[in-house]
Amino acid sequence: MTQEENLNSWLKESATFPRHVIAEIQRAAKTGLYDIRGYGAKRHVPCFDDLLFLGASMSRYPLEGYREKCDTSVTIGTRFAKNPIELKIPITIAGMSFGALSAPAKEALGRGASEVGTSTTTGDGGMTPEERGHSSTLIYQLLPSRYGMNPDDLRKADAIEVVIGQGAKPGGGGMLLGQKISERVAGMRDLPQGIDQRSACRHPDWTGPDDLEIKILELREITDWQVPIYIKVGATRTYYDTMLAVKAGADAIVVDGMQGGTAATQDVFIEHVGIPILPAVRLAVEALTEMDMHRKVQLIVSGGIRSGADVAKALALGADAVAIGVAALIALGDNSPEYEEEYRKLGTSAGYYDDYQDGKDPVGISTQSEELAKRFDPILGGRKLANYLRVLTLETQTLARACGKSHVHNLEPEDMVALTLEAAAMAKVPLAGTNWIPGVTKL
Amino acid sequence: MIEFDLDQSDVRELNAALHNSDIAKNQSKWKVRNTKGRHAIAVGIDETLEMLIDGHVGYYCAGMNKHANITVNGHCGPGVAENMMSGTVRIKGNASQYAGATAHGGLLVIEGDASSRCGISMKGVDIVVKGNVGHMSAFMAQKGCLVVCGDAGDALGDSLYEARLYVRGKVASLGADCIEKPMKLEHKAELKELLKQANLSDINVDEFHRYGSARTLYNFNIDNVGAY
Repeated sequence: MTQEENLNSWLKESATFPRHVIAEIQRAAKTGLYDIRGYGAKRHVPCFDDLLFLGASMSRYPLEGYREKCDTSVTIGTRFAKNPIELKIPITIAGMSFGALSAPAKEALGRGASEVGTSTTTGDGGMTPEERGHSSTLIYQLLPSRYGMNPDDLRKADAIEVVIGQGAKPGGGGMLLGQKISERVAGMRDLPQGIDQRSACRHPDWTGPDDLEIKILELREITDWQVPIYIKVGATRTYYDTMLAVKAGADAIVVDGMQGGTAATQDVFIEHVGIPILPAVRLAVEALTEMDMHRKVQLIVSGGIRSGADVAKALALGADAVAIGVAALIALGDNSPEYEEEYRKLGTSAGYYDDYQDGKDPVGISTQSEELAKRFDPILGGRKLANYLRVLTLETQTLARACGKSHVHNLEPEDMVALTLEAAAMAKVPLAGTNWIPGVTKL
Repeated sequence: MIEFDLDQSDVRELNAALHNSDIAKNQSKWKVRNTKGRHAIAVGIDETLEMLIDGHVGYYCAGMNKHANITVNGHCGPGVAENMMSGTVRIKGNASQYAGATAHGGLLVIEGDASSRCGISMKGVDIVVKGNVGHMSAFMAQKGCLVVCGDAGDALGDSLYEARLYVRGKVASLGADCIEKPMKLEHKAELKELLKQANLSDINVDEFHRYGSARTLYNFNIDNVGAY
């Protein structure tokens, strides 16, 4: 046994103070600053991995893979809008701002989404000509900061998303740090270059759901009731938030779980506020069902969606579509091993990089440095994203066909069981091998 | 002149007509009657026209206005001229909270008082209030000028960016990072011009004080933690 092996054999790491906790305490003591980072929650939470599908057998009839059709289309905004959105796949691109992302990255998101017939979303900071030009279906976010908000872009949008919160930081605003405020970003936001740009946590011209109902009326009047209006919330009191969003007049509701990504938020916020998307989907569906609005007000869920299995499970719980953010960036090339040497220079490694707030992204995605952004090819990035979205769609169809469904929306909770008690209670599907749904049925 | 009686037709019909360029381009004079506090009156206009709204209005009157000159002969609910881009909106009475919120351009004149958060997050609009403004006015105001001919409530200009604030009367308190600054000749000239545009040329610019950002909160600094 070497001296090092001998040492490792008797060292015992504290469960309360593991090395990453010690490092954070030491970092905080040294700098006096809390940790701000990008990405989503890194802790383990109950998630879609804790659910399994019950494929067809004696009592269910499966559909033939590659032969029998399994439809993936989805229509969003059927409640009030004259022109609802028609998507070919139930997977959309979540809002990510120009400012947080480089212009070529935004372009790539538009290219990839458009290639497979789905939508992308603006984010804080307004709409760029690049993303409008390359997005066949573009959702325009109305955020508390109203950076870049103007009626011309509002009328160019295919839908409007009123953002109340996001999963990474429900109840929190945002801060685009000065190092990412280029001349163009500053100009779009009407602020000086190089200063931190605070995105407020509350909207400036309404304070509650009764006001929001009138705000939505104004938006509909400005856009002549043409386009759907979404309301996006971070997952917290999801049951009540969903009901209030319906009351406020939303055509669609976006619920973002705590695993959802961010460009810059305090680590303590990312890891300790909000609920996972697993229970949030179920809560939102229950609220919609109780109001007889399920499938009438469409539900889009997000926060940690990675695979077709995640998509299929979200749909089976009752969502109409999902949105992806971090996974889309990874598909573009984020955290690529190709740049391992440069990640090392930043004190990190491919697979761990989360300092989106710093603007030093070696891949050229989460940066405003022209030099770094030049590394990123929006055409290639768009193709990679389209490939990834196709894989998610094929995986979703595979699982739906196995359950005998000719449309992915025909998946239902009855098609699933849970591997853990927590997931069974949160998703309200039986624990595998039993009929027990904790909190619903008796053991 | 086109006249809309909102007892006879609804707000939807009014806004649809205003957004119909075939109608709006050929009609430069508009009048709206029997408003009765209705919401979202004359929103999203994108034409050079003159509009008289005769009566009180609810939320978001003249929201996102471009080019139009709109006069409200009454009081306004919350969010009048929110996110206005250009043109002029003149309120003969008082305005509720968030007047001119996030507005990017144009001129908003309030001949009465404005409630709290007047000019919140304003991004280039000029706002002239003949009376007083409520608390938290010009909160996070980015660009443009807020002129208050009366008094200002608590926390004026909290977390202010580059907007310039001119107050003639008392200021209950200044918000974080908002300080009084010298009234130089260029500021007096700017104020004089704004008062002239607001038809308030009889007010003496020498009676005003100027407030602006100390710019200490522009980049996060742990030494400022007490202000956060």
